[in-house]
Amino acid sequence: MPYRGPRSTLATLILAAGLIGAAAPSQAESVLTVGMTAGDIPVTTGNPDQGFEGFRFVGYNLYDSLVLWDLSSADKASDIKPGLATSWEIDPANKKRWIFHLRQGVKWHDGCPFTADDVLWNLARVTDSKAPQYFTQQMALSRTYVTNFESAEKIDDSTVAINTKVVESLFPYSMSYLLMVSRCRAEELKYDWNAYAANPSGTGPYRFSRMVPHERLELLPNKEYWNKDRIPRHDKLVLLPMPEAATRAAALMTGQINFIEAPAPDTIPRLKSAGMQIVTNKYPHNWPFILNFEHGPMTDIRVRRAANHALNRAEFVELLNGLATESYDTMPPSSPWYGHPMKYEFNQDKAKALLKEAGCVPCKLTLAISTSGSGQMQPLPMNELLKSQLEAVGFQIEFKVMDWNSLIEIARSGVPKYPNIDGYNGSRALLDPLSALIKPVWKFHWSPAGSNWGHFFSQDAEDLITAILNEFDADKRLALLIKLHELHAEQALMIFVVHDLNPRALSPKLKGFVQAQNWFQDLTPIEVMP
Amino acid sequence: MINLLIRRIFYAVPIAFGVSVVCFSLVYLAPGDPLQTILPSDASAETIALVKAAYGFDQPLPIQFLKWLGRVMLGDFGQSIATRRPVSLEVMGALHNTATLALFAVPIAFSTGFSMGAIAGCFPGSWLDRLLTGTAVIGVSLPNYWFGIVLVILFAVEAMVLPATGMGANGSDGFSIFRWADARFMVLPVITLSMVPIGIIARSTRAAVSEVMGQDFVSTLRAKGLSEPAIIRHVLKNALPQVLAVMGLQFGYLMGGSILVETVFTWPGSGFLLSKAIINRDVPVLQGTILMLALIFVATNLLVDLAQSLIDPRIRRT
Repeated sequence: MPYRGPRSTLATLILAAGLIGAAAPSQAESVLTVGMTAGDIPVTTGNPDQGFEGFRFVGYNLYDSLVLWDLSSADKASDIKPGLATSWEIDPANKKRWIFHLRQGVKWHDGCPFTADDVLWNLARVTDSKAPQYFTQQMALSRTYVTNFESAEKIDDSTVAINTKVVESLFPYSMSYLLMVSRCRAEELKYDWNAYAANPSGTGPYRFSRMVPHERLELLPNKEYWNKDRIPRHDKLVLLPMPEAATRAAALMTGQINFIEAPAPDTIPRLKSAGMQIVTNKYPHNWPFILNFEHGPMTDIRVRRAANHALNRAEFVELLNGLATESYDTMPPSSPWYGHPMKYEFNQDKAKALLKEAGCVPCKLTLAISTSGSGQMQPLPMNELLKSQLEAVGFQIEFKVMDWNSLIEIARSGVPKYPNIDGYNGSRALLDPLSALIKPVWKFHWSPAGSNWGHFFSQDAEDLITAILNEFDADKRLALLIKLHELHAEQALMIFVVHDLNPRALSPKLKGFVQAQNWFQDLTPIEVMP
Repeated sequence: MINLLIRRIFYAVPIAFGVSVVCFSLVYLAPGDPLQTILPSDASAETIALVKAAYGFDQPLPIQFLKWLGRVMLGDFGQSIATRRPVSLEVMGALHNTATLALFAVPIAFSTGFSMGAIAGCFPGSWLDRLLTGTAVIGVSLPNYWFGIVLVILFAVEAMVLPATGMGANGSDGFSIFRWADARFMVLPVITLSMVPIGIIARSTRAAVSEVMGQDFVSTLRAKGLSEPAIIRHVLKNALPQVLAVMGLQFGYLMGGSILVETVFTWPGSGFLLSKAIINRDVPVLQGTILMLALIFVATNLLVDLAQSLIDPRIRRT
């Protein structure tokens, strides 16, 4: 072969180097793909729909609230922490005036700075029907969290004051559910909220990338996020609605997705054998029967206690393949508000004796249950078991079986509309003290005005609630909350059954996920290994 | 023929109106709140009343119906409560995805079902008849929800030759049936979706063909010395109007998208849309989707009527 000179050799070398460079594997994009239980993409215009799953995957990823939840630990109960507000305190001169100190240097995804005016603008968006930014859908999704909101004012560029209608020491918890959206983007889009939904801007750890309505939402890391510890450690987050549990499990095993919510208990062994990580943790959830305190047998505390003694909760845990813990009270023992409540151990003789003493033999109960629903676990087999256990001690159970929406209608309307229903099976989120402990026993929240479905009333509870709402010292308030929790148990407020363990299944390639004891989770630390 | 067409279109108008009344009122008969999707489960009565008024759900039903009908006549099906997107856009997008499946499921189901039924009907009582009829009964009896999951386990989870769910990496956005990377997502849903229509069409065809085979004119044809293939051609032509009616219904079924099949495969078609609208009580989407599907059924029946009369001139006289 003739020698072609140095120029030709150099060209060959350059070409070879180029080819090698082209052939070298480029750094693959690390994508976290989540199969949600939601049937649709949660709305992206602020507070999401689809319950707390909407908050978990869309709300708290795109947006922040003044107050956030600490999701950094799996070992301790999760509580609120500073978010867009670095601190807050009650005005010493006015117990209905909260002062929020705002975080400085925060930017919206659109580049505008986050300001005190943005906070006022966001509050007006869901409370002031005359404001140009008022948005009915967001009002509906936020209303529950701003019922005590009266007005807001700007003190200076970094401080706002929020006035409440009544004194409420727990008000900062409500602010954790009010997500802040960008005024800049809304004004740029002339308050066209449909356009905003397709191009949202928040301050959260992820920014919007792309959405195929009903099918997928893609988010990218917000590299400018104000909390540097929470800048996502993967290149992309893809959220897919997959309401069918078998589909989620299959998609995980085929590698189409790498993170699924709520695998069905009977798929767990198969998922484990395929090498998937099954993650569970205690969290503030319970699966009880909420009872009628106005009509029927449940007005008698002996009947309520008999029902609680009748349950062998270990069998429920076994039925759920260990994906639940026994529940004897409103809160799980891991809760700081737990205290030393009465415990209704499984005791059929005691249950029978209580029913006999109450003169309720056979004790006929009509209970409303759903076939499925958010947080409802496996309602049909669980309720079959419940029925058999209650009937073993002298109850006679008639179930009214309905779909989730119909059960929500019963839950909202309460005993005034459904006096003949002795209880309904509705899972409960026990995230903040107001929802977990106060609303179910407060007369102010008697249905349909609020979520005290069965019209429970106790003067002791009313006094405790007044004391809690007026107590601004955290330690003293905690002691009062524990007392209120103990009162729930002493009154056998519900038929307590189980607490869910919040199972998730993850591909073995995912590292770094910490499952907090919360309904919300932080996806940012997850790394996707090649 | 023109008269027949005008008459049939004229009949379709009151049917469409009746359908609109039924689909509007049906969603209100079901318990639950149309605003459930955007109201927290512990929303107070005051909040619910406020939101109902804002969305116009506080007005009497007849008023709501008339307003809705007026808008529908102008092509405005309203807006989804959950997504705030126009219902027409939601429904058309979903129908497009369902039609993508139907494009393959219809020829597979119709040709397979018709062939099976025709063969079985031509040889009634034979082992071939028993085999094909038995297969058709299995097709009809298999719950397609279960069948879909079995296919996923076999071909996606175990063999890993086909994907389990969805429409591919980009969803329906940019989906192309001509690209195998996308089209492979259709294989399992199409097979699952075809099973029931195959069974129904095969059974109906078999019944129609075997009935025609017993008629006097077939004996006459045989007596005239016509070959068996020629006789079968006559038989099939006579059986076709009955089979067409069944095919029309099955076409409507396939265009409606099976809620169960689309849920199992997370296929964003009209069945999946309907199921989400039912769960969320997204009334405008529910009403719009049902109405569109009902109108597709009406239009399909109209086309089947016309096709039947083309094949069988006797029908034109009725």
